[in-house]
Amino acid sequence: MISELATALAGSLPAQLPAPTFQGPEVNWFALSPMLALLAGALGIMVIGALTPQWPKGLYAFVSAFAAGTGGALAMVQWDDITDNGVQTLVGGAIAFDTFAMFLTITICISLLLVSLLTDSFLRGTPNDGPEIYALYMVAAIGGIVMASANDLIVMFLGLETLSLALYVLAASNRRSLKSAESGIKYFVLGGFASAFFLYGIALLYGASGTTNITEMVVAFRNGVDLDNSDPLALAGIAMLIVGLGFKVAAAPFHVWTPDVYQGAPSPVTAFMASVGKAAAFAATIRVLVTALPFFRDDWGPVIWALAVLSLVVGSFLAVVQTNVKRMLAYSSVSHAGFLLVGVEAARNTAGEALPGDGIAAVALYLMLYSVLVIGSFGVITVVSKASGDEDGDSSLDSFKGLAKRRPTLALAFTVFLLAQAGVPLTSGFIAKFGVIQAAVEEESYVIAVIAMVAAVVAAFLYLRIMVNMWLADPDGGDEAEAVVMPFSAGVAIFGAAAFTLFVGVFPGWLIDAAETVSIIAR
Amino acid sequence: MSGLLVLLPTSGLLAVEESHGAAMSFPILTMLILVPFIGAVAVALTAKSRPEITKLIALIASVGTAALSIWLLFAFEQGEAGFQFSSQHAWIEQWGIGWHLGVDGISLFLIVLTGVLFPLAIVGIDAHHGPGQEKPYLAWLLMLQAGVMGSFLSLDLFLFFIFFEIVLVPMYFLIGGWGYENRVYAATKFFLYTMFGSAFMLVGIIATAMLAREDVGRLTFDLVEIAENANFSANAGRWLFFSIAIAFAVKVPIFPLHTWLPDAHTQAPTAGSVVLAGVMLKLGTYGFLRFGLYLFPEAAVWSRSLWLTLAVIGIIYGAIAATMQKDLKRLVAYSSVAHLGFIILGTFAFTTQAISGSVLQMVNHGVSTGALFLLVGMIYERRKTRQIAELGGIQKVAPIFAAGFMIVMLSSIGVPGLNGFIGEYLILLGSFQTARWWTVVATAGVILAALYLLWAYQRVFHGEPDEANAAFPELRAKEAMVLLPFIAAIVFTGVYPKPLLDRIEPSVEALVTHVADNSAFNIPEPGQQCGTFEVEHAEAHDAEVDAEADEAEVDADADVHGDESNGCESGDDESHDSGDDESHDDAEMHGDEGEEHGE
Repeated sequence: MISELATALAGSLPAQLPAPTFQGPEVNWFALSPMLALLAGALGIMVIGALTPQWPKGLYAFVSAFAAGTGGALAMVQWDDITDNGVQTLVGGAIAFDTFAMFLTITICISLLLVSLLTDSFLRGTPNDGPEIYALYMVAAIGGIVMASANDLIVMFLGLETLSLALYVLAASNRRSLKSAESGIKYFVLGGFASAFFLYGIALLYGASGTTNITEMVVAFRNGVDLDNSDPLALAGIAMLIVGLGFKVAAAPFHVWTPDVYQGAPSPVTAFMASVGKAAAFAATIRVLVTALPFFRDDWGPVIWALAVLSLVVGSFLAVVQTNVKRMLAYSSVSHAGFLLVGVEAARNTAGEALPGDGIAAVALYLMLYSVLVIGSFGVITVVSKASGDEDGDSSLDSFKGLAKRRPTLALAFTVFLLAQAGVPLTSGFIAKFGVIQAAVEEESYVIAVIAMVAAVVAAFLYLRIMVNMWLADPDGGDEAEAVVMPFSAGVAIFGAAAFTLFVGVFPGWLIDAAETVSIIAR
Repeated sequence: MSGLLVLLPTSGLLAVEESHGAAMSFPILTMLILVPFIGAVAVALTAKSRPEITKLIALIASVGTAALSIWLLFAFEQGEAGFQFSSQHAWIEQWGIGWHLGVDGISLFLIVLTGVLFPLAIVGIDAHHGPGQEKPYLAWLLMLQAGVMGSFLSLDLFLFFIFFEIVLVPMYFLIGGWGYENRVYAATKFFLYTMFGSAFMLVGIIATAMLAREDVGRLTFDLVEIAENANFSANAGRWLFFSIAIAFAVKVPIFPLHTWLPDAHTQAPTAGSVVLAGVMLKLGTYGFLRFGLYLFPEAAVWSRSLWLTLAVIGIIYGAIAATMQKDLKRLVAYSSVAHLGFIILGTFAFTTQAISGSVLQMVNHGVSTGALFLLVGMIYERRKTRQIAELGGIQKVAPIFAAGFMIVMLSSIGVPGLNGFIGEYLILLGSFQTARWWTVVATAGVILAALYLLWAYQRVFHGEPDEANAAFPELRAKEAMVLLPFIAAIVFTGVYPKPLLDRIEPSVEALVTHVADNSAFNIPEPGQQCGTFEVEHAEAHDAEVDAEADEAEVDADADVHGDESNGCESGDDESHDSGDDESHDDAEMHGDEGEEHGE
């Protein structure tokens, strides 16, 4: 995989570089170890899993979770290396080796770990249980990490495709469900469309700057390139890139696939899409717009502003009228994308300057906190919809009626996640929103900050609706309604996520410290 | 202020003196928040099968908090204007956020009220809930107490916001879980309205901290540091003031943002209504004083006509709406709108008397309206209805109950000798000097209050009881025990308000001085009929007035109060040049800093 990558990369290096004979780039394998750990996990589980009979219960998930844990731990080791020795690029300038990449790697690894645990309880005892899903998770996670650490647009595209292809299959992975298949197809068609936009954007930018490497692109735009002539080309490229990324982050008006895909896909996969998919896509957005194209910041800034406002408004208002909890959370994820774009918009103001503002740090922090939140939320949905006994998993609002009576601890955990998503203080969600709003206010983007907060109030109505059903409504079957069965692994994931949500809400200092270092991006 | 604390020599005597008593050793303010919070957690962790233990823990936690707050009342250094018992710790240093608590005359009695009201609500009111429901009910109540306490104690904008927001959650569940027929609607409306206001406030406080960063020297959300050092431009200050004021305006609530209140009050369980009216509405009025006037005096003075007008509309509208109500609880809810209008009127009159009256009236309203809701709750428990038309003649069958109701009602009307009168009188007296015509209209509200309450009393208690009302049980001993503290407070404050005012006034005076120093507002001299405003002049002459002129103005300030803008009848000439330009303010503000807020 990695050598493939390196080859692809060498090919993408611009011709005018002094490279008379082909020489493979030097590879610092240890610096890539988080990806390698996941790769080993993916290949191991796939090859060995194919050669051996069904593994004892939970072992697949354990391997996946273990690989994720190892990857995360290795990323923390690399983090120390970076803080000691400074940022650099790897593999001939194709991969950025900075704390931003490591922060996202850790985020993705945490998400993978939690989702593996959820998936275990979701699949255990069904015919779908097997190594494939976990292998796909790990491959997708590698794709996400590559996207988050790419310092070359082609490498970023490779990461995007690795992530997306795995996600298409994952969305359709419930083979016995029509909805799941529909979800996979929809995601595939629209995702492929978005990838095409993204690739075309890269091509146009290559035309404008003569390179796909971010480092060289910045240099090219700074001195060599005649901006007057190339402007239309570069601008068209940027527009294409924004469309492609907009699809991936599910920002309005490119969000239309989100509710259908989120609803149809198996709940743990939805959790994975909403966390890893979003984190990787936003990391890529930061790399492309803020790092690679700071000279066009006045061109893409207003577009991001508009996308942010649209996402906030559309996400919040449409979420309120849904009757399916998964669809609600899908729209709420659009609204969260709006919040993240507020952070990107804040980062715009200092893009390319020596003193980076708080925008990038705020986005990175938001991504980590939101990932945990959203996995926790979909984790609860996984458990509840499985308990409904329905083939596709009933996730309608009614299925949550009286959850507080059927399984109080689960209802309490869901309440924590919902309050956090609403941005109520003393939860991690508040810290995330506070960071983004602070970054926006610091750059004097008051209007967007106010819009974001008001949208959060509208979205709060939706979270309240779910809470009302859980706490204040009686279960359909009256007092005889069955208690919800809580599998062990899902319980670990859900309560781990809830504990993290509350802990960070009260003691966010250490995480803010970490996030503040990510503004220094290697390029 | 924190700087001063650090610079103090650590020799025991001086430190003790400077920090107002030996309170630094015992973090009483932190305990006031932690005790109910820990109580809530403990209650939540008890077994469902042992309701008596649950109740016992709740009782210990709430009574403990009450004892602490009463101890605070006696340990409070009378005559001191600054913050006492300060407790300051770093929390999220990266964002300049600290755990900074303090109490002064403005917050003292609200804290005591919060401390005492909750145990009464927990002991005295039996919520109508099913088996196993008691545990969450008590846990939410205690959580609410911790949140409200925290809001009144916080001296850090971020910390305040957290508590201000967090109180929504327990209140939401209390209304939604234990309320009456339309409870979910009311709870949701309450939550969304308040959160809507908070949305602006969050942006406002972040912007405040950001804009003050240069003046303060670092990013901090510390209220005192920002208020004493920051120098917002008039425009920025006004935007910030409004972004923060909107949250408080919803919470108070000020007309036309009041529509959540009648629903929330009516649908809430009795304990919820008592707490909501008793202390939670005060978060808004207190917020105006603590964060609005203190942080943005210029903007507050600039926009005072708006607030005064809305306050007066609230007074009249609330009273008229109350008159029309058929539901007794809704009537009391609308009377709150009117009463809070008085408090806002006093707040934006900017005189020591009026603001002291407002602070006192916050406590009075908490006591008397809290007691009214308690009594209405008792009526509902007995008759299962709140409709005035279905009640009648209760005085005949339950004279003691009726007597209790009457005392509380008279206090709410503002009859001399009871607490309501003192507060309203001070507000009207103080406001008359600076906001004459608004005060004149507001006085009519006092008459309307008599109208709607007496009429309601007449319909509910007088006449011959019909069959259903003939069986109305008399006040029980337990209920009397709960009601007694309320009536004692009503009578005591009405007859002898001096101990309260002695503690309130120094802080209010410091606040009024702060406002006068930092805005175009001059404190009216004794005997003079109105304060003066020099807004237009101050702006026009900003650039021209030089330092020399300032020196002269300091002397001239004492006797020159020209520039009538408010139907003022002072005899001074109008042509005098504006004195309070910004640089002048600075000099005075820094001079005052030491005496006003040094600890």
